[in-house]
Amino acid sequence: MNSELLTEFTYFVLAIFVGIEVISKVPTILHTPLMSGTNAIHGIIVIGAILIAANATSPLEIIVGFAAVLLATLNVVGGFVVTDRMLEMFKGRQAPAKQEKK
Amino acid sequence: MSLWIALAYLLAAVLFILGLKQLSGPRGARRGNQTAAVGMVIAVLATVPLLHFTVAGIVVTLLGLAIGAPVGAISARRVHMTAMPQMVAAFNGVGGGAAALVSISELLHQGLHPAFQIAFPSIFSMVVGGISFAGSAIAFAKLQGLITGTPITYAGQQIVNALIAIAIVGLAITNLAVASQPIFFVTLLLLALVLGVAFVLPIGGADMPVVISLLNAFTGLSVAATGFVLNNFALIVAGTLVGASGTLLTTLMSQAMGRSLANVLFGAFGQVKAGAGGAAATAEGKTVRAGSPEDVGTMLAYARKVIVVPGYGLAVAQGQHALKELADELEKRGVEVEYAIHPVAGRMPGHMNVLLAEANVPYEQLKEMDEINGEFPSTDVALVVGANDVVNPAARNTQGSPIYGMPILNVDQAKNIVFMKRSMRPGFAGIDNELLYDPKTIMLFGDAKDSLTKLVAAVKAA
Repeated sequence: MNSELLTEFTYFVLAIFVGIEVISKVPTILHTPLMSGTNAIHGIIVIGAILIAANATSPLEIIVGFAAVLLATLNVVGGFVVTDRMLEMFKGRQAPAKQEKK
Repeated sequence: MSLWIALAYLLAAVLFILGLKQLSGPRGARRGNQTAAVGMVIAVLATVPLLHFTVAGIVVTLLGLAIGAPVGAISARRVHMTAMPQMVAAFNGVGGGAAALVSISELLHQGLHPAFQIAFPSIFSMVVGGISFAGSAIAFAKLQGLITGTPITYAGQQIVNALIAIAIVGLAITNLAVASQPIFFVTLLLLALVLGVAFVLPIGGADMPVVISLLNAFTGLSVAATGFVLNNFALIVAGTLVGASGTLLTTLMSQAMGRSLANVLFGAFGQVKAGAGGAAATAEGKTVRAGSPEDVGTMLAYARKVIVVPGYGLAVAQGQHALKELADELEKRGVEVEYAIHPVAGRMPGHMNVLLAEANVPYEQLKEMDEINGEFPSTDVALVVGANDVVNPAARNTQGSPIYGMPILNVDQAKNIVFMKRSMRPGFAGIDNELLYDPKTIMLFGDAKDSLTKLVAAVKAA
């Protein structure tokens, strides 16, 4: 295993723990927005899509690259917008008065 | 990778983590989503110096962005609140599809014998992304009503699915060990798509949220794998964050339904249902008491305490504003009104809160199940609007019922119960609800919004 792969593997393992830890106390009412929010974050695949589409030369690469960028952009833009729309419903409530029992 | 790009990716990763953290609390949730979006913009911009554009490359990239961004934003803006779950399924599916395409493209590049550390994550990402794409498409179709929401099963289904899975593993090993050829990995992608379809078909519509959450985690892992293929820190970290938190969220969701994840996924639901058929049949010959809006309106107007139990029927009828109006009218008369929110009310956990918040129902009146269950015995009227399975006492009393063990709202302990339903049809779980035949229960048939509007008039007149 070369050192770059080892470093990447380290990021991977640490990110697993962070991912679990960071949402472990989410209240039920936020499950849907949270799912939608994480859905938007994996829209980062748009980076991967751009990386392969940018240097496409053959017709096949061009088609695959275009489809990848298109789908990934739908994911990332739609994901963030739909999450924002869910969450804007929570604004303007008398939030300080709410009961935080758990 | 230059230092500045690496630092920008690190900043993006920090913003994703902070965003997720803020998303886990009601006050900071919206800011959390925006934080993550800022991280995304930084990550994308930081990638630009890494690109080596060909002319065709720059055209298709810009074209993809120029079409995808407005279509994504507009469909997300326009979608009805009730259709949110399938929208999330759709956005998740396209993400999985994109990850699979990126991996295919890399495999096409790599030739016959790519290094294992490239080939393995490519294959993984392609298969898992493909499953997520096809599975999300089926989840979308079920929720959108394009195909039936009831489980689609046939004899030997589990065996067929297992065989597809084994074929995928075998072909993946062949591709890794023998030679990486399009005939192998294109077949693999097709098998992954078939498995995605076959895996979601036998799962009932009511369980789709859990399935979408699981497929969301799948897409995350698939994205992380493409990060290994492209040696990209941002993809690895963001994908893994989603994979890990999505898996935990999936477990939390199935717990909220009182079932294990395995039970949700592997069709036990259908089997148990067949076994409990006898119990459902006992409902025949029982009588129900149907009331008029005036009866119910009077009852509500002179109650001291009313607990509203909203369900999917309310969402479908878009009745949340009429419900809020009814609650306002009752409160004007001094009636105490609260809302009991079951963890899986609606189609997804949290779905109902979003809908009621849209109608400006104060956050403090929304009570979670554990918080409110003790209050039902002192409640004069429990008003069940378009909910069914989440108040079915069979979950407590009838062993062998498909929903046995699921935590429910103890509506049966209220002094009076009003069910607003369109018909006597059973809920999503497909089982009868004995509470409908309870002598304390009055049925108010009709569209929820319609009935609520009539109730408002009746309360005003009372």
